[in-house]
Parts: sequence; C-alpha cells; structure tokens
Amino acid sequence: MFAAFLQYLFSGLTSGAIYALAGLGFAIIYNASHVINFAQGEFIMIGGMATATMVAAGVPIYLAIPLAMAASMLVGVAMEKFAIEPARNADVVTIIIITIGASIFMRGAAQLIWDKEFHSLPAFSGETPIAVMGATLMPQSLWVFGISAVAIALLWYFFNRTMFGKAMLGTSHNRLAAQLVGVAVKRVLLASFALSALLGAVGGIVVTPITFTNYEAGIMLGLKGFSAAVLGGLGNGTGAIIGGLIVGIAEAMASGYLSSAYKDAIAFIIILFVLFFMPSGLFGKRGTDRV
Amino acid sequence: MRNLMKWGAAAVVVAGCSTIAGLAQAADPIKIGSILSVTGPASFLGEPEKKTLEMYVERINKEGGVQGRKIELVVYDDGGAGEKASTFTKRLIESDKVDLLIGGSTTATTMAAVPLAERNEVPFISLAGAVVIVEPVKKWVFKTPHTDKMAAEKVFSDMKKRGITKIGMISEDAGFGKSGHDQSLAVVKSFGIEVVADEIYSPKDPDVTAQLTKIKNAPGVQAVFNFGFGQGPAIVTKNFKQLGIALPLYQSHGVASKDFIKLAGDAAEGIRLPAAGQVVPEQLPASDPQKPVVTAFKKDYEAAFKSDVSTFAGHAYDGLQIALAAINRAKSTDKAKVRDEIEKTSGYVGTGGLVSMSATDHMGLSPSAFHMLEIRKGDWVLID
Repeated sequence: MFAAFLQYLFSGLTSGAIYALAGLGFAIIYNASHVINFAQGEFIMIGGMATATMVAAGVPIYLAIPLAMAASMLVGVAMEKFAIEPARNADVVTIIIITIGASIFMRGAAQLIWDKEFHSLPAFSGETPIAVMGATLMPQSLWVFGISAVAIALLWYFFNRTMFGKAMLGTSHNRLAAQLVGVAVKRVLLASFALSALLGAVGGIVVTPITFTNYEAGIMLGLKGFSAAVLGGLGNGTGAIIGGLIVGIAEAMASGYLSSAYKDAIAFIIILFVLFFMPSGLFGKRGTDRV
Repeated sequence: MRNLMKWGAAAVVVAGCSTIAGLAQAADPIKIGSILSVTGPASFLGEPEKKTLEMYVERINKEGGVQGRKIELVVYDDGGAGEKASTFTKRLIESDKVDLLIGGSTTATTMAAVPLAERNEVPFISLAGAVVIVEPVKKWVFKTPHTDKMAAEKVFSDMKKRGITKIGMISEDAGFGKSGHDQSLAVVKSFGIEVVADEIYSPKDPDVTAQLTKIKNAPGVQAVFNFGFGQGPAIVTKNFKQLGIALPLYQSHGVASKDFIKLAGDAAEGIRLPAAGQVVPEQLPASDPQKPVVTAFKKDYEAAFKSDVSTFAGHAYDGLQIALAAINRAKSTDKAKVRDEIEKTSGYVGTGGLVSMSATDHMGLSPSAFHMLEIRKGDWVLID
C-alpha cells in the first residue's frame, strides 16, 4: 500500500519537477517586463532538440550542451531585438501576443532546421532505477530536481544580491523611474530574454532523457509551465517550482487513487481553486511587493 | 445562297473544332486530387504519403501514363485540420475538377472530406486507419490501411495462444489510441480475455508510472497492452521497465517504426506488436506473395528519399495502384465506372496485404495482413 503511494509520489515529483523547471522561465521575464513570454516552451524545445541532434551527429555531450545553451540564448536575444524591442511602446497585451507569434515562428523554423521526428538523449547517469521502499525512481529525475534547486538558488541570488538583478526588478516595477536612476532599460530587457532562454534550454536538456523532444514539445511544456507559474504567483521563482510540483503530484495521485480519466481535470480544478481564493497565486503578493 | 454557304462553312468549322476538342479530350490528363497532412502533428503520415504519390506519378508519366493519358496530381496540405481538409476537398472537386480523390492522412481529415465525396459522387480512397471510414459502407469511400480493430484482434489471438486470460490496458487518450482502446474493448471478450485494469494517459505526459503501478497491482493481471503512437508508447515502455514489471508488454501497430526502438532503447526488448509485412520485408518467407511487392517498394522509396520506408508511405502506394488499376479496367475516368471497378478490386497484392474488396467491404484486407513481431536485440523478429 505504502509502496504504491510512494510510487505515485515519485511519479508526481518527476512530472512536477519538469513543469516547475518550465515555469521558472516565465517568472524571470515577468519579473523584468511584466510580459508573459509564450515562447518559453520553445526555448525548452530548442535546448532539447539542439542537444539531441548534435549528440546524434557525433558531437560529445559535454560540448553539445554548452553549444545548445548558447544557441538558445542567441535565439532569445534575437527575439527580443527583432520582435519585442520594435514594439516597446506597445502595451503589455500586444507584446504577449507578439510572443505567441514568435513561438509559432520558432516551431516552424525548428521543423525546417531539424525534422519532425522525436529525439532522445541518453540519461546523464545511467538508467538503473533507484529502489526506495518498494518504489522506484530514475536517476534522471534526481537531475531534474537538482537542477531546479540550483536554478532557484541562483535566481534568488541574482535578483536579491546583484545590482543587475535589482535593476531588472526595478525596471519591471516602474520603467520610467528605473531609467531616471540610470538603469539601461533596453539592456535589462535584452538580458531577461537571454536569461530565460538559457534557463529554458537547461530545462529542455535535462528533461529530454525522460520525455523525449520534438519540434512541438514546447507546447505542452509551455502550457504546464505557465500553469505552474500562475499557481505559484507570476514572477516568483519559488512559487513556480512549488506550483509545478503541486500540479504534478495532483495528477499522479488522481491517476493512482481515482482514475487516470480525471487526471487532467484534477490539476485544472486545483489551479482554478487557488486562483479563485488567491487571485495572485500562492506566493503572488510577496512577489509584487518586493520592490 | 451565299448565306447558306456561310452557314455551311461555319458548321464545318464548328464541327472541325469539336473534333479537335474531342481529340484533346482524349489526351487530357487524369486528375487525381489529394488532401494530406504534410505539416502539423500528423506530418509523419502525410509527408511520406505525398513523397510516394509524387514519385510514382512521375514514374508512371515517364512510362506513358495510363490509357495513353498523363496523370496530374494536385496535392493540398491540410495541416491535420478537419476544416481545412473539407475546404480543400471542395476546391479539388469544384475548381480543380479532379476525377478521383486519394488521401486524408488521418481519420479526422478523412471524415471531413467524406460527405463532399459522397454528395458530389467522386471516388475517394482514404489513407487513414479507423473503422468508421468504411463501416458502415459508404458508396464512394474506400480505404487502404488496416484498422485498429484488426490490430487488436491480432494481439488478442497471440495472447490467447500464450494462455493469457487477464490483461491490463493502458491507452493514449487521443485519436488513434482512443479509437484503438474502444475497438479493443469491443472484441476482447470474444477471445475469452478479461480486462482487469483500464488506464489512460495524455499523449504528452512525461511520466505514466502511476497508471502502470495501478495496473501492476490489479489482481490476476497477466499481460499489459498499450494502444498509442508517438512519444507516449516509448514513455510507457521505459516506465514499464523502471517499475520492473515482469509481464509481457504488447504495443499496437502505432509503434511499428525503427524510431520507436531508438527512443525506448533497451526497455523495448521483448515487446510484441502487430505490424504489416512492409516493416520486415527481408524476413517474410519466400512463399509470401507480399514479399516481392514490399521489397521493391522499400528499395524504391529508400533509394529516392534516403530515409526509412514506413507503412504509411505504403498506404499511399496501395491507394494509387488500386485507383489506376480501376481506371485502366474502366477504360475511362467516368466516376461511376471507376467506383464500380475499385469495388471489384480483387487479389491485389499491396504493401498492406492482399486486397479483395466487395460491395460490403471497402477495405478488403485479409487477416493475413498483420504479422506478429517481437523486438529482440533492437530489431524486429517475425514470430507469426
């Protein structure tokens, strides 16, 4: 009985950590610009696809990973330069719509540059399941937990302890005021896209051994990541992680104890419930009051 | 008198013109219209189908065409969307004035085109899977691929041979997997097999260990059957191994491509699945009538496109061959005559199997169309 519960929990943590990592990227750009970047899922896809295709072509994985990360950052910067910046005077909703367009464009480009097949990466530390009291967990899931934890720690440090991070937060709160105290607003926006593209790529690379990837992989990851970010309170990194884990665990528990038919419904009910009683998500208030 | 002569001359000219027009008519191309999901989520179906149709149409034209007429192929990409498929079908029938339709990569796009083909009385050969396309029989609609029902029957008869009576099912909760799941439940009882656990997953779920744990703990379960395609079945396979479930795992024909083995890796070892002869041309016995057909098609396709042949490409090949043979026998592109001749298709050996259609069977595949394969050492092994 307990073994089954533990297995459901592991299942939920595995999915949840993937959603959480996808959700983190939304938090950064939202922090910097109040824009919800719907191309976040595509950064995840680009990271995974670039690494997988390079490894398949014979590039050693320790070289393929930094190359893929650099490629994603370049795409993030290009997106900011050519799609977001020209519309800088537009309102936030317009910019959000532009990000949707960019995501569709990236999906199409990925289809042309790579292909339409599914790709995989070898797991970083083997595929021998770890047995814990009758349940099992794949080592790759631990990589996802670990990377999420490191990412959240680095982000916390960046936004709270570095000048540039504080400048980013300041820009999101009041762009004009930030400009008056000497923040290079343009550079802040550019950096926020580069950073979230980098984070997306890292996420894509660590989850590919578990979920596989193809040119459309960003749609689902983006959607679940967005739910995670909204649940946690937009703009809050810790919130996105916890939101992702809640969605993942709720799905797994629903599959295990109720029926897999209700799995997706349960996750959405939780999201709606939280937003109904806490309109700014679980940690939303703290996030917006920080500056 | 002069008037009369004038009229006479005019009549001669008119008559002459219509003779020339008549000659031109005979040399008019045979127009085949096709709606395929070349892009979008079903592009792995539509893309090889399009390539196959184009390659063979070009080849047949070089060899002089059919009945002395060239073939003109008009392909529209519906991107996997039903409403686009419907719009393009309308365009094919009304403005391109095609003689025949081949296509509909998915069941959804096919069903969107069916009412138009029926209403305008145009012969239509579908390349999609589900039973609903030909059951109940629709006068103008035919199809070449096997049905999910046949796949389920093949799997259950193999289970029966192994003495399995209680199984767990895990199915993808979308299109192919959903239809396969329903067809499986409809036929499973007639094999004396009981479904003791019935779980589903979404096509893009990253982990299904919760569902598999539930199946594992179901009392008396002796085997597990998964219906789905794409990344889902590979994740099911990996999770199955992760949980160390020591039961036979069956998959559907949805995973009958080398990509699946590549994705699932070692975890795919020992999986059984039903598949068409096209998947294992080399392993078919020499006595199998399909062997020369699938061998030749594989060679043609792989030489032309430098990529592995799939059964989907084969469906398009079969559709084109059946259509052209019918036009040949009808000696015209008269729609009603061509339809009748397609229905009379008998003993055609295609990539999908032996096809013999009738007024009550618009697919015409025999049960021998499916073979049972097992994955051993990262490759297919023909076991039945």
